[in-house]
Amino acid sequence: MNSSRILPSPYTDPLRFAGAARKRASRPLILLRRLGKRLLTHVLPLMLTIIVGTFFLIHAAPGSFVEIMSSEMQLSDQAMIDRLNITYGLDQPLYVQLWKYLEAVCHLDFGFSYRQNIPVTEAILTHLPATLILMLSGLAVALLTGVLSGIAAASNHNGWLDRLLSMAGVFFFAAPIFWVGIMLVVLFAVKLDWLPIGGINTIGADDGAFGNLLDLGTHLLMPAVALGLHQSAIYMRVTRNAMIEAAQADYVRTAFAKGLSATAVTLRHIFRNALLPVITVLGLQFAAVLSGSVVIEAVFNWPGLGSLLYDSVVARDYPVVLGIIIFSSLLVIVVNLVIDLVYAWLDPRIVLE
Amino acid sequence: MHFLRNFSRNPMALTGGLLLLLVLLAALVAPVIFPADPLRIVGPALIEPFTDGHYPLGTDGMGRDMLAMIIHGAGTTLAIGVSAALTALVIGVTIGAIAGYYGGWIGNLFGRLIELFQTIPGIVFILALVSLFGAHMVLIVLIIGLVSWESIARLTRAEVMAWKKRDFILACRATGMTDIGIIFGEILPNALAPVIAVSTLSIAGAILAESGLSFLGLGDPNISTWGRLVGDGRNMITSAWYISAIPGVAIVVTVFALSLVSDGLGEILNPRLRR
Repeated sequence: MNSSRILPSPYTDPLRFAGAARKRASRPLILLRRLGKRLLTHVLPLMLTIIVGTFFLIHAAPGSFVEIMSSEMQLSDQAMIDRLNITYGLDQPLYVQLWKYLEAVCHLDFGFSYRQNIPVTEAILTHLPATLILMLSGLAVALLTGVLSGIAAASNHNGWLDRLLSMAGVFFFAAPIFWVGIMLVVLFAVKLDWLPIGGINTIGADDGAFGNLLDLGTHLLMPAVALGLHQSAIYMRVTRNAMIEAAQADYVRTAFAKGLSATAVTLRHIFRNALLPVITVLGLQFAAVLSGSVVIEAVFNWPGLGSLLYDSVVARDYPVVLGIIIFSSLLVIVVNLVIDLVYAWLDPRIVLE
Repeated sequence: MHFLRNFSRNPMALTGGLLLLLVLLAALVAPVIFPADPLRIVGPALIEPFTDGHYPLGTDGMGRDMLAMIIHGAGTTLAIGVSAALTALVIGVTIGAIAGYYGGWIGNLFGRLIELFQTIPGIVFILALVSLFGAHMVLIVLIIGLVSWESIARLTRAEVMAWKKRDFILACRATGMTDIGIIFGEILPNALAPVIAVSTLSIAGAILAESGLSFLGLGDPNISTWGRLVGDGRNMITSAWYISAIPGVAIVVTVFALSLVSDGLGEILNPRLRR
């Protein structure tokens, strides 16, 4: 009953080895091709649609752009308004305006913010770092608590811990993040006075590089936790379900059969495979994290894109609002592109497709 | 009957259903218990909750009855959530069905449309549209529906794709049924269960989106929802934090209930699990 001689073994079959080596060598090339294809078929059409869409959006809105701008700036001089119409090309036919708009956006020129008195691109770029810091810290909180509690829930499948954690998950999904933020402020800033109530740093304080970093950290803690807890519910659910599913796979039975300990099987075989859906959800949820950040920034006076968007919406500073839509969509697309490539890199099955 | 029995046997779904019934009841009895305008000033400002029998949940900074505002808020919040979710359901099922049923360039185009709305961060889009077109209630409902149909469409597309390969669909086509007849008469009724579960969850999502918008002070100024009440109380958190806390609890309870019901429906209505 020795069947191993009939089956081609990787140790006796030189062609298989050659094949494996060839496949591995061409892998960066396959990823590069995948990148190129996605740029052409996904990124470009999506960005173009968003840019053209925002253009028509602003034209569909009641009141022309210059009318709103002049009313916000309390301009009443008709000659001045006419001049603005010409400056913004509003006297030209629509397709000329669209072409000029596309041309400008491709040069990363989103126009001029009449509220901030600086170019829109500059306004966005100065507010971007604060948002990125908040989003990344929020994601770190979400992944850490979500994945760990997901593993704990899966290892106690249908037990009391599993139920407790999934209830907690539904609760944090149900709690509006602005409300969680305010409750954190009430507890840790107002009642206990441990953490600052808002802002990104203590105004006027300069305690050297380390002191400033610590200062940033204390300001960051509550907004990051409020943003992360809501998201962690999703990661917990995904991790839990993926772990339970992966635990039923044949290779897990094999791993147990060859005598590995439960911890080793969980970490090396189940968890690694369960990470793939988590990475997918990371991409799907990125836009939601950005949305959450907009609201959290308003709660904590965090000087990021969300605060800029809020100010611009209130002041009807449309160039900034449109710039933020386009820019944030670009951010989501780029992150998803990167995740797609990381996924292809991590999952060898994709190369075979 | 079969459905109700299954529903009552699922502890999570039952808890959610009962909580939801409570919120619905609050919405229905609001005009009876508090017939007057809930936003009028009724007594001294800043009565703490559970200290005065006349105002069980206290009064806010202007002396308005917290309980009256919460109870009245239930109706508006639920109405907004349900109508926004219905809007999302109509858009999502239509686009998802077309994207799933038709291959080729039509399916591709509608698939891209789903991807497009997955890309733009929801709140950013909502804020932009509200600032462009105004903060009227009907508009806000439509706008929230417009940004939240994407998950329904993705699910519908996947379901339709799976069902259209079945033999009975081929048979329908052979008898000369129209595409619309097949999609709405044959495929969608089979694919409805998970779509209903996700739509229930999108009521929760719509309530959260609206409360966020109202919290930022950009909702309809004539309507008081729970989100707006949290926002109104925000300036007083150092002295009277309960003003922000209580309406938030109301949102948590409602969204929590809807999530549990959605989970339960997903389990009960799933024919694969029922058998």
